[in-house]
Amino acid sequence: MIRDGWRIVRLGLKSLLVHKLRSSLTTAGILFGVASVIAMLAVGEGAKREALERFRDMGVSNLIARSKRPAETQSSSEQSSWTALAYGLLYSEADLIQASIPSAVVVRIREIKRPMMRGEYFHTSIIVGTEPKFLGVTNMEVREGRWLASIDNKRLANVCVLGATLARILFPLENPMDQTVLVAGNDRYRVVGILREQGRTAGAGSTPYDECMFVPINTSRRRFGEQVTTRSGGSFSRERIELNEVKVQMPSSDDVPDGASILRDLLDENHKNQSDVVVTVPLELLRQEEESKRMFNIVLAVIASISLLVGGIGIMNVMLATVTERTREIGIRRALGAKKKHIIQQFLVEAGVLSALGGLVGVTVGIALPQLITYWFDQTTHTLPQHVLLAFGISAGVGLVFGIYPAWRAANMDPVDALRHE
Amino acid sequence: MTDPSSNSDDIIAEFVDVHRHYQMGDDLVRALNGVSMQVRRGDYLTIMGRSGSGKSTMLNLLGCLDRPTTGEYRIGGRDVSQLSDDALSDVRGTEIGFIFQSFNLIPQLTVLENLEVPLFYQGRVGAESRKKAKYLADRVGLGQRLGHRPLELSGGQQQRVAIARALMNDPLFLLADEATGNLDSNTEAEILNLFDDIRAKDGITIVMVTHNPIVAARADRALWLKDGEVEKLVENGNQAVVAGEHA
Repeated sequence: MIRDGWRIVRLGLKSLLVHKLRSSLTTAGILFGVASVIAMLAVGEGAKREALERFRDMGVSNLIARSKRPAETQSSSEQSSWTALAYGLLYSEADLIQASIPSAVVVRIREIKRPMMRGEYFHTSIIVGTEPKFLGVTNMEVREGRWLASIDNKRLANVCVLGATLARILFPLENPMDQTVLVAGNDRYRVVGILREQGRTAGAGSTPYDECMFVPINTSRRRFGEQVTTRSGGSFSRERIELNEVKVQMPSSDDVPDGASILRDLLDENHKNQSDVVVTVPLELLRQEEESKRMFNIVLAVIASISLLVGGIGIMNVMLATVTERTREIGIRRALGAKKKHIIQQFLVEAGVLSALGGLVGVTVGIALPQLITYWFDQTTHTLPQHVLLAFGISAGVGLVFGIYPAWRAANMDPVDALRHE
Repeated sequence: MTDPSSNSDDIIAEFVDVHRHYQMGDDLVRALNGVSMQVRRGDYLTIMGRSGSGKSTMLNLLGCLDRPTTGEYRIGGRDVSQLSDDALSDVRGTEIGFIFQSFNLIPQLTVLENLEVPLFYQGRVGAESRKKAKYLADRVGLGQRLGHRPLELSGGQQQRVAIARALMNDPLFLLADEATGNLDSNTEAEILNLFDDIRAKDGITIVMVTHNPIVAARADRALWLKDGEVEKLVENGNQAVVAGEHA
């Protein structure tokens, strides 16, 4: 049985080798189809993973409330430049959130942009005033030294922890530990720790945490206050913000929906009119992203499948030509005792061998192609084994489906006519 | 198995009032119109006639490539006139050895593989079939050409391969269609000698459709067709002549 099967496959190969160019061109049709299906799926999967990674960085069990400068309104522009524009989250709200969701870990964050200096090295970045809980909620790690402690907060200590990038910028040649950083020209902070490189985009606004300096929130409050004056052109603008961000970590991602609705209700009451607080739920974004990437993937796969379909039509075309050319052979085989099923089998196997060869080479190309896409276009790709199997399976299926009609036509020829065929 | 006294056992193929009609547009073509004939074991029968006499139709029916419109066709005592397509395929594969005018070897296969084709469709390919193919290739003088492709052989050699192929399934009879029609006269004589030889040594029954009197002269009997009917059955009785030529 297996030997007979092998014999049929070998026979198919032999017949295909009679027309090498034609067979290889047909095979190429399937090859490109399979390769593009695999590559497209890899690109889609890569994009999905990239997006998921981003949201996972924000923490799938976290809720994030962020202060946002309200859109300039008529009244605010007429406001005297001497009165500060007050907006955003308040300390009292952070307490209220903690009271309303007792199981959650609530972290308060204040962000101030200031120039920092160490000897001749200089960088303007964000000083994140926060609490010891911050480290666990953001899932970051200390590379050297220690993280901020409650005692630092109590004592309003002038200590700081540096993000990995910031540490490199300010201390390119020496170890930053126990050195001091001069902030805004007059405040000195002793470096007590350096964070491990995160490589994430999530951070203080648009600044990644890798580039931030972390200080106790009470120190920040004392040194910088809540009022910020910025000068743009000739005019001043004053803003009053207590907290830039409150991170709320729920015990698990299952608690996120409940936590999100409590948080939103709570903040809506105070900020409904101004829309100066934005609540971000990474888990929701994750779900949305998953959904949209799924659609994206399906569209990509459908487009790629069209090329497989075209490949299949190529196979059908060639098989029809083959059947016509080999009408005589079909007649001979029938005369020598072949049943219709044998003829069907023979031509179906030939179509299958064509598409399987294309599929095999296509899988190889399809696995290599995403690497090139990553290399050339800096696009993350990820090839899943099930996608490879899927593409190969579809190609084999295409061969069979498009081989059926030619094979059927071959089998149903009248043996007498077939034998007389020139 | 054969009892000489029993005539019916000797009849391996028999037409009983066979008609074969075709519809061609509005016309009904009576290609065969009531033909009855018998082929006996060991026979060397030629079927002769002008073109349009019904020779080809007769050949197709004898070869189970076609079914009679009415009438019976018995092979080995079994009526095959109304069998299914699959069953007819089996009859062709087991009882009949075809030899064609244009040899009809499969070009992409080697001689050995061509010889194995009939047994392949009966699921009998293996060491046994290879041995048999080699034996028959030797028998027709092509034992050294098993690995060749048909197009690497001369016409006469191709027809020898075809004869060997026709013998692979130990058929009840060989059915030849103008077997020497594509050959020059020398090669024709060689092939006809080969037919005589295998008939003499293996007792093979031969039915040959031809319009060539030289070919027909080798046979015992000639069945003449005209307008779809049997015109005459001529007993050559020149077996002695054939034998004499051999000697």
